Amino acid sequence: MPISEWRTDDHRIQEPECKGEERMSDVAAQPAPSLLANGWIRTGLITAAVIAAIAIGARIDPSGTIHKVFVDPFQQMVEAPDLLAQTVWEGLVSGVLYALIALGFVLIFKASGVFNFAQGIMVVFAALTLVGLHEKGVPAFLAVILTLGVMFVLAATIERVVLRPLVNQPDIILFMATFGITYFLIGFGESVFGGNPKQMITSELYLPKGAIDAKILGGLVSFQKIDIAAAVIASLMIAALAVFFQYTRIGRALRAVADSHKAALSVGISLNQIWVIVWFTAGIVALITGIMWGARSDVSFALEIVALKALPVLILGGFTSIPGAIVGGLIIGIGEKLGEFYWGPLIGGGIESWLAYFIALGFLLFRPQGLFGDKIIERI
Amino acid sequence: MMKSSMIKGVALGALLAAGAVVAPASAQDTIYFSNNAYRTGPFSGSGIPIGDGMRDYISMINERDGGVNGVKIVYEECETGYDTKKSIECYEQVKSKTIVYSPWSTGATLAAIPRAHVDKLPILSMAYGLSASADGTSFPWVFIPPLTYWDGASVMVKHMAAELGGMDKLKGKKLGLIHLDAPFGKEPIPVLESLAKKYGFELKLYPVAAADMQNQGSLWLSIRRDRPDFLYNQGWGAMNPTAVKEAIKNNFPINKLVGVWWAGGDDDARAGGAEAKGYRSLNFNAAGQDFPVIQDILKHVVEKGKSTTPKEKVGENLYNRGVYNSMLVVEAIRTAQKLTGKKVITPEDMRRGLENLNIDEARLREIGMAGFASPVKVSCTDHSGHHKAYVAEWDGAKWTRKGDWIEPMKEEVRPLIEAAAKDYVEKAGNWPKRTESCEKSS
Repeated sequence: MPISEWRTDDHRIQEPECKGEERMSDVAAQPAPSLLANGWIRTGLITAAVIAAIAIGARIDPSGTIHKVFVDPFQQMVEAPDLLAQTVWEGLVSGVLYALIALGFVLIFKASGVFNFAQGIMVVFAALTLVGLHEKGVPAFLAVILTLGVMFVLAATIERVVLRPLVNQPDIILFMATFGITYFLIGFGESVFGGNPKQMITSELYLPKGAIDAKILGGLVSFQKIDIAAAVIASLMIAALAVFFQYTRIGRALRAVADSHKAALSVGISLNQIWVIVWFTAGIVALITGIMWGARSDVSFALEIVALKALPVLILGGFTSIPGAIVGGLIIGIGEKLGEFYWGPLIGGGIESWLAYFIALGFLLFRPQGLFGDKIIERI
Repeated sequence: MMKSSMIKGVALGALLAAGAVVAPASAQDTIYFSNNAYRTGPFSGSGIPIGDGMRDYISMINERDGGVNGVKIVYEECETGYDTKKSIECYEQVKSKTIVYSPWSTGATLAAIPRAHVDKLPILSMAYGLSASADGTSFPWVFIPPLTYWDGASVMVKHMAAELGGMDKLKGKKLGLIHLDAPFGKEPIPVLESLAKKYGFELKLYPVAAADMQNQGSLWLSIRRDRPDFLYNQGWGAMNPTAVKEAIKNNFPINKLVGVWWAGGDDDARAGGAEAKGYRSLNFNAAGQDFPVIQDILKHVVEKGKSTTPKEKVGENLYNRGVYNSMLVVEAIRTAQKLTGKKVITPEDMRRGLENLNIDEARLREIGMAGFASPVKVSCTDHSGHHKAYVAEWDGAKWTRKGDWIEPMKEEVRPLIEAAAKDYVEKAGNWPKRTESCEKSS
């Protein structure tokens, strides 16, 4: 439970989603509205400026910078639509996987107000446990079940050893505690599994291999079967979580805790149990993410770095919204792939790692709380 | 009573004195060698086999021969996680003890070079680090045998030309360089740019940020668009298996993807499964267990339970690379012992040993490494030797040699190295002028 909900001098108002209509509890604190303050007007103006620049760019020197930035990439898209489709597909798959990682962060943040820095290493830990158990001779699906057991034990241990003693501490302390969990899991994981990269047990889990090559748009667009499987599994996972949250008793309890810890406590919901459940759910998400990323590359501690890609997704989608994680993941995934492919060569390439943050910060100009995040207003 | 106390006192004094005399003698019977290692972190996949090979060779020398000319080597690792900051901490910790600094990262080497010239501690950056440091006149304390990244890049160009049918066929072709966006990855760029200009081929650069080592989707889309004829992978750690997998996924001809020698790990190739068969990598050591030196490691170290390396991992390519690196250290110690007449050498002696390293075919045979590597000779002015490399090919289960050893384009590389060394010294400001004298043989 975040300390801000427990303090007697609670001054923060967390507003629910308000479907296009902004609710302000303190009208006097609101500055006088200006035309440019409206996000949609600003978006329209910037779009118009971009279109104008493109129009101007088309008339100017083809070797000039404006032409290269505003005209060339779009010409390439039109001239090679198959490459555009391939780029968008690659972005879509990456986006779904980013969304999966971000989902793990969102689940924990919603229920406990803790930004779980350890989510990335949980992905690595879950995948390594699965592969490590299989290496010891455990059949693949039994290894999956045992790994889920390990993730449950981890969730219960974190709740008992880390979260419970820190109840009533400032949020930043809990955040720092998740750093501790991260470094513990890195060290523990390396001691148990070693630092060597391992191969994901793709065939043993009956995950498909190979590609479907489609001759479309005047070229070849290749769809890796593992990527299709990742997209399908991630979608099923998200749907299952939505049903779980919406229709089950535990799901309703989780939502109650997310809305108000005090209210949830007052109707007899055990916060401790909820925290274990939510960390375990994040563990399940971590395992699925680990399997999918591991199948695409390898299972190694470098995956933890990839998990940090969820940060711009969260900035964009909001820290408390499951749809935000999904939409944010897709925008970041597709945006960074298009950016790297069409605009990256203009500045030497390798822009993907920071472009995601750039896109997220661009969105923040219009919606500081993220696309679907709760609008928080603090009285001063 | 008083007499008895006096006798006891004298006896105690004698004992203490003896202890004082014995203790330093014991310390002097060893040589301390600290090695930077990374058994943790995103680069551990490459760091572990190399660290294992280095440690096991030194253990074998201690176990089989009782050390080098009777002096045991105390080998320790300093864990860096391939982090330059930690490498510098390691440098500071060991600089007063170790006879040579072994950075195991180009970034760490770059950071250590100015310090080492002040502290007078030799650096052995075996086939990595600053290519310009092959100029012994400007960098008397840095050694980079058997060849530099610039030599490697020129070998890659020669290999590409051979595959195409001659140097004249390079004109109009495209060579892509996939590289880690870090000092290590960027090292071959100047020489590739120079060779591209001379031979008329186009060089395309594909940088990979450390954060995206396992997320190379858009890079490979660019490769698909640019259609390079060959790809040279200056990769390390988790970047390599991902590159192999992406090449397969994108239907890039796997035998036209050639890694620098650090991209030739068994795990790097294995990740691609059966379709990785044909993946290539430059190499300067042999893989496998069929060498007397590897058999001795198995016999004296691994089978006696004195190593943590699994038996089946002994002989893998990067393991053998570690063995080769430790062999260079041991042979430099021997050379220093011979030059100075001392058994326990200092870092200054080690510098002389490295500078006069001369491992010919006969010596390779003596140390059980015939066919394992090509001869190495370092000199006062040439701290690399610019030795030959070969192209290794993954046969689906192991690395095999494909074709003959290839000489680097020394005539192209050496002037660039000397110019780069001059440039480095000028930019460094008060760079110490070489005062160390050259041996007659060097």
